[in-house]
Amino acid sequence: VLQLQEDRRPPITPQLALRVAILGGFALMMFAIIFFRLWFLQVLSGERYLAQANNNQVRDITVPAPRGDVVDRNGTTLVDNRVSIAVQIEPRKLPPEGAPRDALYRRLGRVIGMSPRQITTEVAGQRKRLPYANVTIKSDVPRDVFSYLFERQTQFPGVTVARIYLRRYPHDGIGAHLFGNVGQISPDELKQLRFKGVPQGTIVGQDGIEYVYDRYLRGRDGATRVQIDSLGRPKGELAVRQPAQGNNLKLSVDLDLQKAGQDAISGLGNGRGAFVALDPRNGEVLALGSSPTFNPNVFAKPLTEARYKALTSQANGAPLLDRAIRGEYPTGSTFKLITATAALQSGLITPDTVLDDPGSIQIGNITFQNSGGTPHGSIALREAIQVSSDVFFYRMGAQLNGLKGDVLQRWARRLGIGRPTGIDLPGEFSGLLPSPEWRDRLFRNKLTDRPWTVGDNVNLAVGQGDLQATPLQMAVAYSTIANDGRVVTPHLGLEVDDAAGRVLQTIEPGASHKVNVAARNRQAILDGLRLAASAPGGTSADVFAGFGRPVYGKTGTAERPGHADQSWYVCYSPDPRRPIVIAVTVEEGGFGAEAAAPAARLILSQWFGVAKRFVAGSSQTR
Amino acid sequence: MSTSPITRPDESSAMPAREPLLQFDWLLLLSVVGLVVCSLIALGTATRGDVPGDPHFYLVRQGAYAAIGIVLMLAVSRMDYSRLRELKFGLYGIMIGSILLVLAVGGVARGSRRSFSLPFISVQPSEVGKLLLVLALSAFVVDRVRRLRDRDTTARTMMLALIPAMLVIIQPDLGTGMVYIVIALAVLFIAGTSWRHFTALAIVFAVSTTLVLVAAPAMGVQVLKPYQVQRLTGFLNPSSDPRDQTYQLNQSRIAIGAGEKTGRGPDHATQTRLNFLPEHHTDFVFAVVGEEFGFLGAAIVLSLYALLIWRALRILTLAKNLYGALIAGGIVAMLMFQVFVNVGMTVGIMPITGVPLPLMSYGGSSVLVTLIALGLLQSIYAQGRAATAFKGRALPF
Repeated sequence: VLQLQEDRRPPITPQLALRVAILGGFALMMFAIIFFRLWFLQVLSGERYLAQANNNQVRDITVPAPRGDVVDRNGTTLVDNRVSIAVQIEPRKLPPEGAPRDALYRRLGRVIGMSPRQITTEVAGQRKRLPYANVTIKSDVPRDVFSYLFERQTQFPGVTVARIYLRRYPHDGIGAHLFGNVGQISPDELKQLRFKGVPQGTIVGQDGIEYVYDRYLRGRDGATRVQIDSLGRPKGELAVRQPAQGNNLKLSVDLDLQKAGQDAISGLGNGRGAFVALDPRNGEVLALGSSPTFNPNVFAKPLTEARYKALTSQANGAPLLDRAIRGEYPTGSTFKLITATAALQSGLITPDTVLDDPGSIQIGNITFQNSGGTPHGSIALREAIQVSSDVFFYRMGAQLNGLKGDVLQRWARRLGIGRPTGIDLPGEFSGLLPSPEWRDRLFRNKLTDRPWTVGDNVNLAVGQGDLQATPLQMAVAYSTIANDGRVVTPHLGLEVDDAAGRVLQTIEPGASHKVNVAARNRQAILDGLRLAASAPGGTSADVFAGFGRPVYGKTGTAERPGHADQSWYVCYSPDPRRPIVIAVTVEEGGFGAEAAAPAARLILSQWFGVAKRFVAGSSQTR
Repeated sequence: MSTSPITRPDESSAMPAREPLLQFDWLLLLSVVGLVVCSLIALGTATRGDVPGDPHFYLVRQGAYAAIGIVLMLAVSRMDYSRLRELKFGLYGIMIGSILLVLAVGGVARGSRRSFSLPFISVQPSEVGKLLLVLALSAFVVDRVRRLRDRDTTARTMMLALIPAMLVIIQPDLGTGMVYIVIALAVLFIAGTSWRHFTALAIVFAVSTTLVLVAAPAMGVQVLKPYQVQRLTGFLNPSSDPRDQTYQLNQSRIAIGAGEKTGRGPDHATQTRLNFLPEHHTDFVFAVVGEEFGFLGAAIVLSLYALLIWRALRILTLAKNLYGALIAGGIVAMLMFQVFVNVGMTVGIMPITGVPLPLMSYGGSSVLVTLIALGLLQSIYAQGRAATAFKGRALPF
């Protein structure tokens, strides 16, 4: 019926027919265009858009892995981790500079209790160092701040709150100089071979043990692949890779000894000094410390300029400076062990060669004196070491200077002076071993006023003049004599353990090599050291009076231009199971027997379980 | 305003000869029902997660609007639209008044002042205005049909459309404002305005567009809001900055493209479900169809629109009088413009103008107005059929 009706169409004007046809044609054309466009989008390029859509909805969120713990040789924890909630800025997602960003900083500042200026400074400072990394502007924010910011991510563009792991040092300043610190990998480090394959943003060791053993301590960050909506709100987890904690590192350090050492030297002299305790057999570092120390827990918070200045300024004694490996000092009479070795091994003297010590000696046109001008009379090497006769060793210095081939320097170098010891800590200093060649070159380049003279060697023979050595170098030199000529490479790392304490890998001590010191000569030197620490007239005999264990030690009193005398003591105490070599230096500590030797006694007491007593000696020898 | 009906002998006696209640363009009705169903499917699947705790929030409301709208459509289709001609001043006045009122007191949604909030529905006068403009403008043009060659007629008609268009544009709602102008052009076009007038209008349009987009900003006068300019120009280079307006274009294209041939299905349509697709229940509902049901689904929806436009154009030719033809012309132009601009926008070949897709986009005003407009088309059809059946021919132009 309907069809019948529609057949009877009313006639329309040609003009209207044309115009309706135009409209219809236009519609047809538009539909055609849209169909072709849909075909192009959905059928021809569909795969590409599907990939984009899938890519849209996933984000990989890094789940940081805690680093491994550091424990001492007995398994006591030295460094572990704690969880902290940190407020971070993602610079790329920040609103544009100017009013919008200022407004954000104002709002954020109110929430976390920082001024907008502080935030700006923090962001600018950290961005300079790590241009692409997230900037942590505040750690350890309270839980409610975390919740507040987490729930309002859209109101705080570019601000994220994250659970991060911070290093925790339960013993505060004890061993502070060993550990170094950690931080986000820098663009430069990313290019280095040692950090190959480490993703951006990873926390890596930046100094100290953390740096050297980073590849063991560093965990593998986990990742959570989450599905997110257009506002970045997580809607569900797609895949998870659990973070893997780094392995634990066992150090050769003994926490109690370390603490005893730091206690022993703190407050002596001008409060600056260092000590090293080695196992002479294998170079294991039993303790190594520097004074003043600092609390490494400060690195958990973003370091302010002022705090960094306080840690590095000379006025405060530069607490960050590790004087055990970077303190370069003249060593005073502790160097005589090296001079004795050179003189004996070169055949200049035998252990029984007797020389006269009238209290002073004229070499060239300079008069060299014993401390206080005290004459020691006719003495052989043993007594010379016992009483620390300068004149005896002045003679050695002068005579060694006459031999071909810088004999004294050669022996000093063999025993570890003037070169890095190779300890597993970064940034060790080499010190300076003065030689004719060195001074003459300086003179040729007009960097000094005179060429090498015999007087330079005379000074070197007693650890004065241009000599600069670190406490660690002296400890290695004494270890060599104590250990029958074996020059050890000091090292801190003992083994890598997994979380359950199983040994994954034993860290091999660095290469050691042997220098030939005739047994007779070596024994003479040790006898001298033993006498010095025990026999009447020995420079540190009164310090160790009643100590009850054999000590082989040598005092040193170094003259440092612009400073009061620096106190030194280096000693060896044999033991079938736990022998030890200790080097102590105290800036402006006076005579060796006054400060360094008593400190060494305290350290030895700790090591051997003897009652601790600070016993200052009266010897006024250099 | 006169309230007494203009009676003409042929109109007053225009009663359908037989089966008056069945005088429908069934194919048009089919396309309408089809589109409503498509809309409910698309909205139902796309908005499940939009309102927490109420997965059917949009579905239920859209369903209610459609049901009311279809009832209204059927009611309107049984009335004689010709009576509306005498109400032209009233219709025009209501349109202008309500748009002015919404500018003064309306609620702000997404930065624009577009609607009144009534207890169950928020009314968008600019949507209702489309239909009122069609009815009023057609009446004005019928009155001046003998002076169609005068430039004056064209100018006045355009002015009558430009006034509400400008009021809507400053809401700001550029898309709807453009619909008003298109309606005016279509009414003139169907009435038979000469090509020379259209040429002149095109020139005026080109010059004023240049002024608004280029010259005025250069002199420091911002006619359009910056986001409007960006929307209008953003489609030319959609990947330039994925963060702002063009972001929507990009996400829309990704959504449609990812649908491939048969779609990703409602559960895996991540662009929609995870809100990457902005405004997926209103302006970008076509992209939802594209993502969830692929080329197949999009083609079905487009075919329904093609059917709808074909039937509407056909009804235009069947109208019993000029007024009916002009109304049909205005309505068909309104629908065509909205479909092409909206779909063109979602597939990335047209600028973003914020025009709802008729019957598909969520929104009470839009759905009701569109369905009433389709009721008018049915009325024109029924009246036309009746007139032909009764007299064997339609009114001459």
